[in-house]
Amino acid sequence: MSKKKIGEVILDVKNISLGFGGVKALTDISFNVKEHEIRAIIGPNGAGKSSMLNCINGVYTPQQGSISFRGQTFKHMNSHQVAVMGVARTFQNLALFKGMSVLDNIMSGRNLKIKSNILLQALRIGPAEREETMHREAVERIIDFLEIQAYRKTPVGQLPYGLQKRVDLGRALAMEPQVLLLDEPMAGMNVEEKQDMCRFVLDVNDEFGTTVVLIEHDMGVVMDISDRVVVLDYGKKIGDGTPDEVRNNKDVISAYLGTSH
Amino acid sequence: MFYRENGQFKTTYRADQQIFPIAQDRLALFILLAIAFVAVPMVASDYMFRAILIPFLIFSLAAVGVNILVGYCGQISLGSGAFMAVGAYAAYNFFVRIEGMPLLIALVMGGVCAMLFGILFGLPSLRVKGLYLAVATLAAQFFADWMFLRIQWFTNYSPSGSVSVSNLQVFGFSLESPFGKYMFCLVLLVVIALLAKNLVRGAVGREWMAIRDMDVAAAVIGIRPMYAKLSAFAVSSFIVGIAGALWAFIYLGAWEPAAFSVDQSFRMLFMVIIGGMGSIMGSFFGAAFIVVLPIFLSQFLPALASLVGIDISTAGISHAELMIFGGLIVWFLIVEPHGLAKLWSIAKQKLRLWPFPH
Amino acid sequence: MAFFLETLLGGLMAGMLYSLVALGFVLIFKASGVFNFAQGAMVLFAALAMARFSEWVPLYLGIDSLFAANAIAFVGAGMVMFCVAWGIERLVLRQLVNQEGTTLLMATLGITYFMEGLGQTLFGSSIYKIDIGMPKDPVMLFESTFEGGIMINKEDFYAAIIAAALVALLSVFFQKTATGRALRAVADDHQAAQSIGIPLNRIWVIVWCVAGVVALVAGMIWGSKLGVQFSLTTVALRALPVVILGGLTSIPGAIVGGLIIGVGEKLSEVFLGPFVGGGIEIWFAYVLALGFLLIRPQGLFGEKIIDRV
Repeated sequence: MSKKKIGEVILDVKNISLGFGGVKALTDISFNVKEHEIRAIIGPNGAGKSSMLNCINGVYTPQQGSISFRGQTFKHMNSHQVAVMGVARTFQNLALFKGMSVLDNIMSGRNLKIKSNILLQALRIGPAEREETMHREAVERIIDFLEIQAYRKTPVGQLPYGLQKRVDLGRALAMEPQVLLLDEPMAGMNVEEKQDMCRFVLDVNDEFGTTVVLIEHDMGVVMDISDRVVVLDYGKKIGDGTPDEVRNNKDVISAYLGTSH
Repeated sequence: MFYRENGQFKTTYRADQQIFPIAQDRLALFILLAIAFVAVPMVASDYMFRAILIPFLIFSLAAVGVNILVGYCGQISLGSGAFMAVGAYAAYNFFVRIEGMPLLIALVMGGVCAMLFGILFGLPSLRVKGLYLAVATLAAQFFADWMFLRIQWFTNYSPSGSVSVSNLQVFGFSLESPFGKYMFCLVLLVVIALLAKNLVRGAVGREWMAIRDMDVAAAVIGIRPMYAKLSAFAVSSFIVGIAGALWAFIYLGAWEPAAFSVDQSFRMLFMVIIGGMGSIMGSFFGAAFIVVLPIFLSQFLPALASLVGIDISTAGISHAELMIFGGLIVWFLIVEPHGLAKLWSIAKQKLRLWPFPH
Repeated sequence: MAFFLETLLGGLMAGMLYSLVALGFVLIFKASGVFNFAQGAMVLFAALAMARFSEWVPLYLGIDSLFAANAIAFVGAGMVMFCVAWGIERLVLRQLVNQEGTTLLMATLGITYFMEGLGQTLFGSSIYKIDIGMPKDPVMLFESTFEGGIMINKEDFYAAIIAAALVALLSVFFQKTATGRALRAVADDHQAAQSIGIPLNRIWVIVWCVAGVVALVAGMIWGSKLGVQFSLTTVALRALPVVILGGLTSIPGAIVGGLIIGVGEKLSEVFLGPFVGGGIEIWFAYVLALGFLLIRPQGLFGEKIIDRV
């Protein structure tokens, strides 16, 4: 692994509190993410990790706190706005578009960048056609990167779970994001598949300098590839630092640490 | 054996992205168009034009429109009849009130008015979906029913409540003969279907399907649900509006608001369900089915029934029609939710291997 | 003033009739999450069965008493509705378990058409009478307070009483009996109910049977008032806004929603109608529901709809 340069704070989460009715999902969470780093969020099930990502993405609105992206502060993120700003994400339960093929799913990630209006698309001449082809080329590069060429025309619903996860990642990459939020990208995978996924994440971070925020349960993976780690438990932050610091944190050990899968 | 794709390699992405990448499909399309444009006019009788072909063409157009909204974008609409009505009455008013208005422009303006109506009554889709959206579209349906019945301006203060048009012509060609009507509808259908197919395989189509499949995820990848849903309503109601205007002008000639009642809305929904949701080709299948089935039943059911000794009246045939429609809808939803279009593509899959078993 | 009260009372009673149909919607949705578009067709089917049976009883069984004929017809029609419920659960619902809401909705649309066709094939398609001894003449109330008194339609009044009694009966059924408890459990959480041994399929058949009986009562009352004919199916379309207003999961909501729609329709027709050309009854309920959809989609008493990612 080449030495990489970690930049300034790109994403800053301040005092986020989120509740659903009587259930408090997140209580006063604050942490930051530096540009080009790989930041892991770990914690037992139900700790609020996905909810945290959902807040960053604008899917949930926190009752308190704010999120800053490149210096701009928001009390409430709008999903579309966040996507335009360059934040992409994968989902724990795979929010793929089941009715579409692999190619179409990843192409949908390019929609942000498509400029031609509806009329031109209907006629499909000139600029519209060229744009479609240009985006197809970009998507094909991602398909090559993720090694799913053979499946590009298959409806995603028919693919095995591991491949679906790759398509999810591909769709997020298609947005050419600056920050990539990965929600348990290796859940349910065997050792080989996990190694592949790790390789993809590291390559993306290395080649494109994409900042990665990663929720993951596999301790081996987390300790190996992340630069810094945040630990959540019952919606509260109980640890924050480099993998070694967190590994030796007494609170983290008593709350959670344990098995590498 | 005949349907092998072997050897048909594409060297550019552009070639891969065309509407019919397989050569046999292109050939089939060419033959179909040749039949439609040349053979049919030569052999079809007036009755065939009037009772089967022209309704088929107009309903296919409407089904394409409804399929865009319901099949591709996943927004249930029970108000398609209202969009047809708006298209018809708007086109009528433009045609009749403005001296020398060309027919085509009037039809397009009808489509535009239907589009605006569609966007307006599509606004609830930003808040609700499923059954609740269906109720909202029913509001559009009943409101339009009332509008064209009670607001006399729309019907040009006609004392009977019904309106009519005559002496239709396009670029000097009269549209009085069944042949003329058929060709006019055919040309419009082919053009609009092509534009629709382009939309559906492009970026906008992917947006619609993303909203249909998982709208929360769609928002997260940067698709604006509002724009996608309203554009689906807009394009869909534009096409349905033109179909409505055609239905009124070309097929009916003289009509009243009841021609576009909620029954029509259900019929178009059934076309889309049976034909195949999310498939332009399926819209044609569904329209053909819905147009041909009543005629088929009225010809064959009495004969079939007399074999078992039962006498069936015309009322009995229409009841049987209801039962068959209802039963088929349920059957399709259980067995093949993607309708006839899916059955067709399964058949093509088998054709790829035929005559080999695997 | 008297006229206003008359219109108001008329609206309330008409509203009760809507509530009857809306009840059927709510029952099925509460227990299975399926929105039964076919409720109107069920009302027609039940009414047809009842009307024809009450005709046939004196003809074939020689019983002359109106009361007995009606009673037998009611029971007969009830059994027919049980068969319908069982048929729908077995042939349609069981095959569509776990499909999304829109698919089930469209399936009930298909069932609607099927039942409309079947009902008319089996029982005929003319206009039939249901005579359950409802008084048809109006009565004047409060003649001392208001000049001329307020005219109340006795038939509507009795219908409202019957509807209220049915609602009370259903409430008792749901709250006090074991089956009622099971139904509420299923409505709350299918899987949890299954895990404590509640047989889901049987429960669904029961729910559809109850909805069928509700449809029968509604059909009986509407049929007595309007005559049994095909247009009865549009009653269901009129009852849809009621459940939107009241909330799809609330029985009291169906009542309140029905009353509001009934009153609103009558009042708006009488007082707003003349200004806009009349006949606004056909869309008033729907536009009101549309307004609710934009501001408060879950209705007055329904549960909030949450989307989980």
